[in-house]
Amino acid sequence: MKANPDQVEAFHQRIDEALHNDQLRRNFRSALTGIMARRAEQFPDDSQLQALREQARAVRAHALVRQPELLEQLEAKLTGNGIQVHWAEDTGQANAIIHGILEAAGARTVVKGKSMVSEETGLNHYLEERGVEVIESDLGEYIIQLAHEPPSHIVAPAIHKNRREVAELFREFHPDIPYTEDIDELTQTARAILRTRFAKADAGISGVNFAVAETGTLCLVENEGNGRLSTTAPRLHIAITGVEKVVERLSDVPPLLEILTKSATGQPITTYFNMISRPRQRGELDGPEAVHLVLLDNGRSRIRVDEELLDTLRCIRCGACINHCPVYVQLGGHAYGTVYPGPIGIALEPQRIGLDKVGTLTSACTLCGACGEVCPVKIPLPKLINRLRAEAVNEQRTSTPLSGRGSLRKPGEAAAWRLWQQIYGHPRLYRLFTLAATRLRGLTPPRLGAWTRYRSAPKPARRTLRELAHREGFPNE
Amino acid sequence: MHKPQSVYFFATCLVDLLYPEAGLAGMQLIRRAGVEVIFPDGQTCCGQPAFNSGYRDQALAVARAQLACFRRDIPVVVPSGSCAGMIKHHWPELFAGQPDEQAALGVADRTFELTEFLVDVLDVRLTDRGAPTRIAIHTSCSARREMGVADRIESLVAQLNKVEVLIQERKAECCGFGGTFAVKQGDVSGAMVKDKTDALRAVGAERVISQDCGCLMNIGGAFDKQGGGPLTQHIAEFLLERTS
Repeated sequence: MKANPDQVEAFHQRIDEALHNDQLRRNFRSALTGIMARRAEQFPDDSQLQALREQARAVRAHALVRQPELLEQLEAKLTGNGIQVHWAEDTGQANAIIHGILEAAGARTVVKGKSMVSEETGLNHYLEERGVEVIESDLGEYIIQLAHEPPSHIVAPAIHKNRREVAELFREFHPDIPYTEDIDELTQTARAILRTRFAKADAGISGVNFAVAETGTLCLVENEGNGRLSTTAPRLHIAITGVEKVVERLSDVPPLLEILTKSATGQPITTYFNMISRPRQRGELDGPEAVHLVLLDNGRSRIRVDEELLDTLRCIRCGACINHCPVYVQLGGHAYGTVYPGPIGIALEPQRIGLDKVGTLTSACTLCGACGEVCPVKIPLPKLINRLRAEAVNEQRTSTPLSGRGSLRKPGEAAAWRLWQQIYGHPRLYRLFTLAATRLRGLTPPRLGAWTRYRSAPKPARRTLRELAHREGFPNE
Repeated sequence: MHKPQSVYFFATCLVDLLYPEAGLAGMQLIRRAGVEVIFPDGQTCCGQPAFNSGYRDQALAVARAQLACFRRDIPVVVPSGSCAGMIKHHWPELFAGQPDEQAALGVADRTFELTEFLVDVLDVRLTDRGAPTRIAIHTSCSARREMGVADRIESLVAQLNKVEVLIQERKAECCGFGGTFAVKQGDVSGAMVKDKTDALRAVGAERVISQDCGCLMNIGGAFDKQGGGPLTQHIAEFLLERTS
């Protein structure tokens, strides 16, 4: 299978645009510097942090191993609690299921809490095409919905915009409201607009952070209360999540929640934490009359089969890897061109979508390890990214569930590495090569492609270390 | 670990060809502490460039060619965090299931990054004979995160009483080298090294010291292209110069 020839070119074009947008880069640098500092403040004691990471890792890893039975248990518990469970193989099925539920209930307007899985399925677009009005109720999501943009970050979807850009958007869409760049005033404006929507909406759609098999509980972490309103004010609530979000016990939730909020936004706890167990019961004053859960697979089961790639599914979507990525801070999220950007995106998206479609993302990584260091569930992100690079250029490896294997292999590059192997794999040839390079150092080309756009060209020394070591009397064994 | 009688020195391909003075200084620092330093003639490269580019078969072939150089059960000292990290943390993965896996694991087990070896094994004591100076330390990402030895270069420099260490903004952030990343994503790498050199200039250091020549080639090359900047130097050369 060959790669979509455009993916490399298109990625470079998006990178080029991002690098030339100074305002965008300033916005990211400033926002991420703040987030990193706030996260660090939450973990003053490294040994405590490492213990918590290990605990969170173990909980998630355990749940993934037992996933099939936990999902069955979850379905049984939820059904017993009166929540209807739906299974979706792919994004198309998920969207159709949700639209079907809305249609059956006669629901025409929807308020949405933040959900990356719904971004994965392209749910808003799907519903809007079928005449359903969808309003994003998370402030960041609301902003980018006005701007007709996808999220640039999985936790802070409008992080690429500064307050002036947000103020301009509000002026454009709400000309009747006095212009302001004051963040609190802008927030109050959005709040007032959204309030009326919550009251009128026929249905609420949300994501899920943890689905507890033991009790049949859907946990939702949020800061704005929009998640609570979306899931309680309308008469119908539909939750959508990936199958990997299931955890075994209620007692698994506190350690995950703690490390999630601290890692994501540097908060000891979010303003709201919702635990949804059932629809409104007889005699209760509020809550939806019906609650549905859509469990999306979309390639997750395929990933789960590979004992190394499986680690990708531990992710609790905190975004810490993104916040600490030295490449993401230069580019922002849109340059990646995928739903999930940054290190987790580079690791997950080629597995989900195929190396032939987005394998080139793996080049946007220096393997610096900052992501792996902060990951609350210890996903070895650099290792996974390196593995995907190998899969992308190697057609022979067969024991993997990846599609598009070998699609980024280029004959010239492969030949260069074979030549490299010939020289560096044979000490005598290597000695000849270094002898020539040092003696002919005057002929070193002053321009070396991309390298010398930003740096001068390195030049071989007059003598190799091997020669210097001999001269200085060091034994050679 | 007790002070060994002898060690192997694994120069790394970058040091052998481009920065031999850094390697030689490292060897001299160890020899000065009374340890024999062996430079096996057949050594070339740890395999990292190919490994990080996805060409694992080529990486394995080149890594395999090193095994014969480091047979004896003595430490292997590497003047680079990333090459030491390759041997210590990625050779086990690269050689998994191969007939020479045990030999590779043996080398990985005995591998030390140079500053790690100077501090942990040799416990070197340094007397500063240089003039007062102000430097910045750039620790490579692999020395910091993969090898976990970022504090060793700091503690070595802290022994030099006329050296003031200035702390640049975003010190722990990658300089943008990343091996073939610098070529495959040349413009992103260029933006990253620009941020790094800006921070190093702003702090006002006379020199930038690192334990990795990859970072130094990137940062020093950028300073040069920009029309000059602080001197960039490997920690081994700096220590030898200050204490001789």
